[in-house]
Amino acid sequence: MNPSTLPGPDNVTRVTLDNGITVLARAQTHSPSVVLSGYIQCGSQNDPLERLGLAHFTASALMRGTERFGFHDIFEQLESAGAALGFGASVHTTAFGGRALAEDLPMLLDLLSQCLRAPQFPPEWVERLRAQFTAGLKLRAENTASMASLTFDELVFEGHPYGRPEDGYLETIQEIQRDDLAHFHRQYYQPRGMVVAVVGGISPQQAVESVQAALGDWQPAEIPAPPPTQPIQPPQQMQCRHIFIPGKTQLDLVMGGLGPQRASPHYLPASLGNNILGQFGMMGRIGGVVREQAGLAYAASTSLNAWIESGSWEVSAGLNPAHLRQAVDLILAELGRFVREPVSPQELADSQANFIGRLPLSLESNSGVANALLNLERFQLGLDYYQRFPDAVRAVTPEQILAAAQHYLDPQRLIIVTAGPQPAADWSQGIC
Amino acid sequence: MPDEIQVIQFPNGLRAALKEIHSAPLISHWVWYRVGGRWEQAGRTGLSHWVEHMQFKGTPQFPAGVLDQAVAREGGTWNAFTHLDWTAYYETLPADKIDLALRLEADRMVNSLFAPEEVESERTVILSELEGSLNEPMFRLDVAIQEAAFHQHPYRNEVIGTPDDLRAIQRGDLYAHYRRYYAPNNALVTLAGDFDSAEMIQRLGEAYGGLPPAEVPELRLSPEPEPQGEQRVEISGPERTTYLRISYRAPAASQADFLTLSVVDSLLSGPSSLNMFGGGGVSNKTSRLYRTVVEQELAVSLQGSLQATADPFLYHITALVRPESSPEAVLARVDEAVARLQDQLVDETEIRRAIKQARALFAYGSENITNQAFWLGYAEMFDRYAWFVNYLPALESVTPADVQRAAQTWLSPQRRVVGIYRPESTGGGA
Repeated sequence: MNPSTLPGPDNVTRVTLDNGITVLARAQTHSPSVVLSGYIQCGSQNDPLERLGLAHFTASALMRGTERFGFHDIFEQLESAGAALGFGASVHTTAFGGRALAEDLPMLLDLLSQCLRAPQFPPEWVERLRAQFTAGLKLRAENTASMASLTFDELVFEGHPYGRPEDGYLETIQEIQRDDLAHFHRQYYQPRGMVVAVVGGISPQQAVESVQAALGDWQPAEIPAPPPTQPIQPPQQMQCRHIFIPGKTQLDLVMGGLGPQRASPHYLPASLGNNILGQFGMMGRIGGVVREQAGLAYAASTSLNAWIESGSWEVSAGLNPAHLRQAVDLILAELGRFVREPVSPQELADSQANFIGRLPLSLESNSGVANALLNLERFQLGLDYYQRFPDAVRAVTPEQILAAAQHYLDPQRLIIVTAGPQPAADWSQGIC
Repeated sequence: MPDEIQVIQFPNGLRAALKEIHSAPLISHWVWYRVGGRWEQAGRTGLSHWVEHMQFKGTPQFPAGVLDQAVAREGGTWNAFTHLDWTAYYETLPADKIDLALRLEADRMVNSLFAPEEVESERTVILSELEGSLNEPMFRLDVAIQEAAFHQHPYRNEVIGTPDDLRAIQRGDLYAHYRRYYAPNNALVTLAGDFDSAEMIQRLGEAYGGLPPAEVPELRLSPEPEPQGEQRVEISGPERTTYLRISYRAPAASQADFLTLSVVDSLLSGPSSLNMFGGGGVSNKTSRLYRTVVEQELAVSLQGSLQATADPFLYHITALVRPESSPEAVLARVDEAVARLQDQLVDETEIRRAIKQARALFAYGSENITNQAFWLGYAEMFDRYAWFVNYLPALESVTPADVQRAAQTWLSPQRRVVGIYRPESTGGGA
């Protein structure tokens, strides 16, 4: 692989407009379409607790009517062109993503600008959205994987915005009024810190000019700081929690603890270690023992989620309740080995080759490149990050992985959540 | 998408279709077998899918687990799918590593072990996969709808099989199924990406050319009789959301009306993307049913779905019904919208719009090499690759009268199963 073909300073245009918007652009000359994506600097961390879900609600309501366009005008323009645009909130940011044939980029940018700057929040649409969210939250409450994951986050990140679902709870969604949306928008939506990536069949210069034309006159303002957050503590003991959901055949298991922040020096070693533990090949060591050897589950894998202030390191599996204890014992044994012994040089070499080799595949589409560019900005990785990445991956040692594993994972202190049918009453005896 | 492809047939009956695309240093390689749910009968449902799982459990040359690691080491991705009409395996790899894919697929076309202990371990893995699906009310409703919609055609069965069949199937059943259908003369190899076609054909010949052809039994299916009237199926459970799925018997993908029905679907419920990888879709908020069902607050969401299949399958319209509304109220609105299409000619501009949407969806899908190689094979499994090449030009020729006739022909109540999932009246929830 030739590193100079990867996104880098020589082939990515990065321009900051006068109002603080950063534009990232890269041409993919073979593509007849463009992807437009990015974010502004507000999210669920700005939600009042009693109205959790407000950032998400606001983002979802942006396209329901603006100063210049009604709901039907917005979607008539988009859908007639086979284009798409959407908004959503995460903890730190409100993100947008769109795509269109290259000829329709100006229309897409005009809609983006209108929705971000002049939404009207028509009351009838606010109520329709509330009904939609209510239905979605009821479905969430009946979904074993969603409830296991949500409960795990609540326990691992107790008291921190990372532990609260961005889409809120049934009761907090009912509290949100139309004026709350308008207020949230007035308070937090502004261009400073906004990032826009444009990737596809358009020249970077044209992309920057188009963004400037659509958003260059948006005036920046001061944003109130989000409320201070409590420091995040690693689990102090084993903690098991079951969420009973009637009518289900299978339960979902999520277990683990904290993981590194994205900017931590532990991140890359932990990431390679996670690949060895529960991803590489057919889901790494854990997939190997739980699925391939014991045949206990269709899926059993691990994930490392690294965000700005913290992260999580999780094992998840879908299991028949009768197999729960055996699977958890196997997983605990693998976690024990992972924090006790360094990974083998061969395992590390395999995962290093995987990380480097899969770069072209992750960057083949416009959306893959756009995501990569946004990550550069979101985590301040530097424009040459992808070109440096192969060397950085090759430099990771088994000792660094062991140090990261020991820092974050303690098999004696884990959060273990299950959701679905009731397992045997004594399933966790001797564990929790 | 550029449509220059090369098709070749080797002396052992293996066909290959190749499409050079030099936008990224990647190649996607697929092997398609003409076997799937359509080849299965009651008592042995799920055989094809289980065979697909066993194809990952090793050969003498590549023992179980070795291949997962080999593909991952090269930074590739691989997977397999079992469908009603086909079973397909793919690897997408950096272009200079593609030989691995050719070697492993040629090897497991004939040399898979089906070790008895691996068969047993995979039995519980597949039961676990099925249990995951059974957690979803929509899966349970689908089972009931397909059984009502087809009385003799194997499309009545779920591809994964029934729990009873999965407990009964033995190693001998699986191995016989494998030997019967996994042969070069029952397979199609498709490749898209950064290669030279002449050179690749030579490499394909080296990898697959020596494999012996087999006697593949001809599939003799008596066609499912035309539906004899509307059927209703209703199931319930503790989940508190109500679903409505209206499933009309659809044309096979090779029938001319399939394309016209896809325009009807686009007008009723928004454009559907047939891309399997990448691309993303287009929302459906200006579609007729969104406006009369979702906007009028009878349902929270509504989608249409039309699958390209070898034999006539089902066109579904699915709604997540609002608690204060009812499936009957949604059904009445759907019937009104369908009646409008049957009674009145649509405006030419609505068809033009559907064409532009399809063009955009094709453009999005073309960014992805895996998706391009997928189409080379997928279209062959229900018709010919020409179907895919002609898709957009053929859309151009659809007229308002065609749309009206397709709505009249395919969307009559006699041709449908109305499926409803209702929360148990006792409430559930503990």
